[in-house]
Order: sequence, then structure tokens, then C-alpha cells
Amino acid sequence: MTRIPPAALFGLFFTGLYFFMAIFAPWIAPYSMTEVVGGVWEPWSSEHLIGTDNIGRDLLSRMIYGGRTTIFIATMATILSFVTGSILGFTAAVIGGWVDQVLSRFVDLIMSIPTLIFALVVLSVMPVTLPILIVVMGLLDATRVYRLARAVAVDINVMDFVEAAKLRGEGRLWIIFREILPNALSPLVAEMGLRFIFAVLFVSTLSFLGLGVQPPNADWGGIVKENKDGIVYGIPAALVPAVAIATLAISVNLVADWILNRTTSLKGGRG
Amino acid sequence: MSDQLLKVRDLKIGARVYPPGEKPHDIEIVHGVSFDLEKGKVLGLIGESGAGKSTIGLATMAYGRGGVEITGGEVWVNGREILHTSLRDLRKLRGTEVTYVSQSAAASFNPAKKIMEQVIEASVHAGKFSKKDAEARAVELFAKLGLPDPESIGNRYPHQVSGGQLQRCMTALALCPEPDLVVFDEPTTALDVTTQIDVLMAIKDAIRDTGVAALYITHDLAVVAQVSDEIMVLRMGDMVEHGTTDQIINAPVEDYTRDLVSVRSRQHEGKPPTDNPVMTIEHITARYKGTNFDVLHDVSMELHAGQTLAVVGESGSGKSTTARVMTGLLPAREGQIVFEGRTLSADLAGRSRDDLREIQMIYQMADVAMNPRQTVGTIIGRPLEFYFGMRGAEKRKRIEELLNDIEMGVEFKDRYPAELSGGQKQRVCIARALAAKPKIIICDEVTSALDPLVAEDILRLLHNLQKRENVAYLFITHDLATVRAIADSIAVMYQGRVVRYGPKADVLTPPFDDYTDLLLSSVPEMRLGWLEEVVEHRKMESAGN
Repeated sequence: MTRIPPAALFGLFFTGLYFFMAIFAPWIAPYSMTEVVGGVWEPWSSEHLIGTDNIGRDLLSRMIYGGRTTIFIATMATILSFVTGSILGFTAAVIGGWVDQVLSRFVDLIMSIPTLIFALVVLSVMPVTLPILIVVMGLLDATRVYRLARAVAVDINVMDFVEAAKLRGEGRLWIIFREILPNALSPLVAEMGLRFIFAVLFVSTLSFLGLGVQPPNADWGGIVKENKDGIVYGIPAALVPAVAIATLAISVNLVADWILNRTTSLKGGRG
Repeated sequence: MSDQLLKVRDLKIGARVYPPGEKPHDIEIVHGVSFDLEKGKVLGLIGESGAGKSTIGLATMAYGRGGVEITGGEVWVNGREILHTSLRDLRKLRGTEVTYVSQSAAASFNPAKKIMEQVIEASVHAGKFSKKDAEARAVELFAKLGLPDPESIGNRYPHQVSGGQLQRCMTALALCPEPDLVVFDEPTTALDVTTQIDVLMAIKDAIRDTGVAALYITHDLAVVAQVSDEIMVLRMGDMVEHGTTDQIINAPVEDYTRDLVSVRSRQHEGKPPTDNPVMTIEHITARYKGTNFDVLHDVSMELHAGQTLAVVGESGSGKSTTARVMTGLLPAREGQIVFEGRTLSADLAGRSRDDLREIQMIYQMADVAMNPRQTVGTIIGRPLEFYFGMRGAEKRKRIEELLNDIEMGVEFKDRYPAELSGGQKQRVCIARALAAKPKIIICDEVTSALDPLVAEDILRLLHNLQKRENVAYLFITHDLATVRAIADSIAVMYQGRVVRYGPKADVLTPPFDDYTDLLLSSVPEMRLGWLEEVVEHRKMESAGN
């Protein structure tokens, strides 16, 4: 095994830390998420490690639960976008012809509308619940994944081993899942890291604008929104979730970069 | 000695390797090679891939390609040691005193610049000639190298000339600055035999007329025998034998050299066709989707059980397209494919699983013909499972038998293709084809990417398997030595038509049609003076017409 570079180690550590906190939130958080336990915007103390928020709830607890929401939504949306995007992309590449045309032009159409505006329009007419949020984000992101998956699969589809499988009489499912997917995995996994970050940023943006996670629940974007007025008075509560979003994005990015480097530097590119 | 141009002493070259799962480490790929070259002489470097021939060639310009480093020894050019000289001095040396001709001219020319600009670039840049003089010299060289319209060909872009012409342009590029030494690295390997002969003759004349010395690197002993004064045989970074061309070809001392010399001499007594062909294709005409011209015109041929039909021709002649039509990948526009008396669907989708099983294919590039993410066991096992429903122990046993058939051990079952050598990969592809128990195997240039000795092993294996399994081969190749070694019948293709077809003895016996004559006489023979003979013969013929 080659040594893990320090940047990737840093990324792995923080990514791991955030996911750990998200999964074990109820055991880690000192207080409940919604309980008012102190005054408004109390400073950092031994009781409230990073102070309290705009109505006196423990900020650390809210951050931990909020991280759980952010990471959960981002993860589910990313998984959804990868499953739909790559299956449709592979299908388009393998079948080709008018199926490819219809799918690709439809994706172009969706992509021509700015994602944020599209999401805001959809969410303003739909009830904003977690599943709907995840589906909207996942499907919008799936267009990007579709394009990558299709491009990668078109390359693999013309290789002799795929032709050999077609000559053998293999069905499309076998070709997609057994011949193409294993060889397309490394670029897709690397892309997955980046897409996850975009999902985190996207859900935070939506919540900040009030169309994401609804109160009293909150994600990091929501916490920024709640505490943003404090900044005027020199209260740093809004910066904490902002820093959390930034560090999560950077660490996942570092990990994704490392995976991409590892998988492409191997002999033969796809090895 | 004033004649001494190049002196290489105990040259050692190392490279850093990155084996998967291991730490990167340095290995030595050339272990102390020494040789001399006098002015105006040509030294042929020959060996299989990985022998270090190109690496040595580049080292004479003090250059190591991609992670390759010259670790020891001396290289003297014109009495100067160049391995320990400054980059500034090296720049003067490279491209003017020592120049390089690579295998793929198409990849070496900048497609966005005119040929002339690139041919004179080095001479003008080094201040050796003025732009005008350099252009005049380039035109002279174009004429000498037998290029059409030497006055104006320089104004074309690289894609506007043929592959053979571009290779000659590259030779002009190398000769333009009046170098003392030219390194030719497989300059004709990528060309068709009919084109190769012209380029070879052009190179040979140019070397003689300009009095330049040359290193000629190739894996084809028959080619190097035509152009070089001396030959050095290399194997895995060591010198095996070094002697005059005459001695190496006619009286090789080492076993390895003897193998190389005799590798093309394998002969196969052709069998007469049987009464019942296993497959016939009749009057096939085909074109690719989205084009409006036919690539095959009225092609007919027969395959007989236990026999080999060799399809020969240059690139673009329709050999592989014929195979695609047979397999159903490219449905024919007209004509039909008859298999054991019944007509097969022209389209892949219209054939039953059993029809598909009967026709198997082996590809030229074994690397890409196998899924890199599947083990050898999975690759060979899938047809067993797919066609015969084999599972578990039965399947495992059959995989082991097949590995045995291709003369590889059972331990290879769990390896991935990346862990196999080129010859082993091709063997696994053969096993995959055999696993389906087909009546027909289409071999598309299966030996072209392999070193001669490995290729011979593969041919022998294919031959033995044919005897045992009574399978018919459609053997696509551009190499006539391979044809002699394996074919029972031959179809010569040219521009999408079959120009000559029949049992081997008939096809290879005069009188020939023009194209077959050209093709047959272009195949390099392993003897001195062959090139001159052919060229002389052609001149006389064209004078006679």
C-alpha cells in the first residue's frame, strides 16, 4: 500500500469526525435540539461550549443535530442522483440511437434552467418535507451524473471486451452492470465526493433561503439563517455553522481528490 | 580514429516502476551495453519488446523517456562525451547533430502546422541554414525520398498526405539539418507491407546519398537485414550478439539469434477444401451506418471444418469488416450467410444463442478484449455458464481443463488480465473462444501485436487446437509469413473486394494478378539484397509495360 498523503489524512479525519457526530448525535449532544436552556446568544462557557443561539438553545447541540440533517439529506440526495444518473447514463450509452437522443436532450433541457431557481420554484409549490427535498435535489443533480456516466460508458462501450460480450449474446443488464459499471466506478466514485459537497452547499442554501429544512428542525444552513442577525452585534454564532460547512466541503474534497489520484495513476488507467 | 562517430561504453539505464500493491522502486532495464558506429554506417538494433532497443536509441541523444534515467556508462558523439554535458550543449546536439525518426509520424507531426515549417524548424532554429536554404534542402530531400510534387508537398498539412508519405516527410525532417547520426525507431512498423517497401528503399537511398550514420531500431529482422551493415541483437537489456548483417543472418552463433532468424520459416501443408463447407458467405455487400458507400463489394468465401482460411490485404481492404458481417455486428446489405446449410440472420439480434455460440472471435489487442475487472476464471467461465449452464465444481473443472489446453497453469485462474504477459493474455482469449465449443473461430490479427517468438507459440497452439477440435478458423492478417504458417485457403482482399481466392498452393503460385504480385513481393525476406532485387525487378517491369 502506498502511504496516505497528509492532505488526504486531514480530509479523512474531518470527514470521519462529522459523520461520526451525525450518526451518534443523540449520545453526543449535551442538550436536546429544541429545548431553551439559556439566555439569547450567550457567550462560550463551560456549560455551553460554543454558546447559545438566537432564542437560547444550546448551539453545540443544534450544530450536532443540524449536521445530522445536513449530512443525511446530502447523502441521500447524492445516492439518489448517482443511482438514477448512472443507470440512465449507462443505458443511453449502451442502447444509443433515439433512446440516447431523447434522454440526453431532456437532460440538456433540465440543465439549461439554473438549478437553484428550478429548485426554488418546485419547492415553493410543494410541501417542503425531507423526502421531497431529497428527491428534488437528487433528481436535479442526477443530470450532472448522467452526463458523466454517459461519457464514461460511451468510451467503455466501444472496447473489444464489451463487443465480445455482445457477440456472446449477453443481455443489456449484464453489459451495464458487469462489463461497464466495474470499469466506470473510479471516475464515478471521485465524482460522488464532489457531488456530495455540492449537495451540502445546495441544501444549506435552500435552508438559508427558507425553503429547505423547516423549523424547529434545522440544518447548518438554517442555523446560519437563524443567527445571521447576531453578526451585526458582534456575535459569532452564525459563523460556527458556516465554518462547519466549509470544513466538511474541504475535507470531502481532499478525500475525493485522493481517491481520484489513486485510481487513475494505476497502470492502464482503469486498473 | 577520425571515422569514429558514436562510441557507447557500458551504458546502463534504469527506470522507476510502480507495481500495484508494492512500493515504487528502481530497476535496471539496460545492463551495460557497448558498441561503436563509424561514419556512414548503419547499425540495426533488434529485439523483442522490452529488450531496451528504443531506450538505447534515445540514450544516444542523452535522453531518457518518462521516468527512464541513464545511470551509468559513456556515450561519445563526435569525440564528445554527452551524458555529462550541459542541457544547453545537448540542445545544440539534439535535432541537428543527432536526429530521431519515430514509429508514428502521424503522432509526431503537429497537425496544425504545415509540413515544410516543421521539416526546417530545427535547422533554422539552430542557425544551421537560413530559412531559404533550409527550404531548398527540404525540397531536395523530398525529391530524393520519392515524394510526389517535392516542390509543393511541404505546403500541405500532415493529414493531407498518406501514412507512408508522412513517414518519408519525417525522414526528411531528420535529414534536413545534415546530422551525423539518425536514430530510426521502427520507422516502417506501422505501415502496410506494400508501403513499407517504398519507405525502406527511400530511407536506404537517403542514408547512402547523404553519408549519414544511422541506428535502425526494429523488431523485424528481415527489415533490418535490408538496410544495415551491422546488427546487434538485444534481449532484456543485454546484448546477445553483435556482428555484420551477413554473419547474423547466415551464421548466427547464439541460440536466441537462431530462433529469431528461423521464426518466419514455419510452413504448413495446406489441405484441400472439403465438400461440405461449415459456413459460406455469398455475394456480401455492406456499408457502415450513416455512410453512403459500400466497404465490401460482392464478397464470397467458404470455411471448412478443421481448416484455416486466411484473409490477407492491407489496412482498409475490408478484412475486419468481413469478420463483422459474419458475426452479425454489421448486417450485410445484400448477400447471405449460410451456416451448416441454413441461412443465418444478418443481424446479431436475430441470431439464437446457439448460433452465437458457434462463431467465436479472438481479437488483435488481447488487453482490451478482456474486462480488466474480471479474473481469468470469470472470463473463461462466463461462456460455460452462459451457453451450457455450468455451475460450481463442473464449471471449475472445465476452466482448469481449458487452462491446461492453452498451456497455462491452474494458478492463473484468480489472476487479473493486467497481471499477464501479452502472450498469456492472448491465450486466455483463445480459451474463452474455445469454452463455447464453436465450429468457427474468427482470429482478427491475433499475432500482430506480439513479438515474433511469442506469436509463433500462439500459432502453434492454434494449430494444435484446430487439429483436436476440428474447428474452422477465419484468420485475418496482413502478414504473409503467418499465412504460410497456418493457412489452408487464402482470400486476398483489396479495396473491399476479393481479388484472389482459393487453396493456398493455387493462390501462392503464379501467374498472379497485379495486386497479389505486389503484395507477395513486398513481404520482406530474410536475406541480404532482397530489397534491391525487388526494386530492380519492379523497375524492369514498369519499363517493360
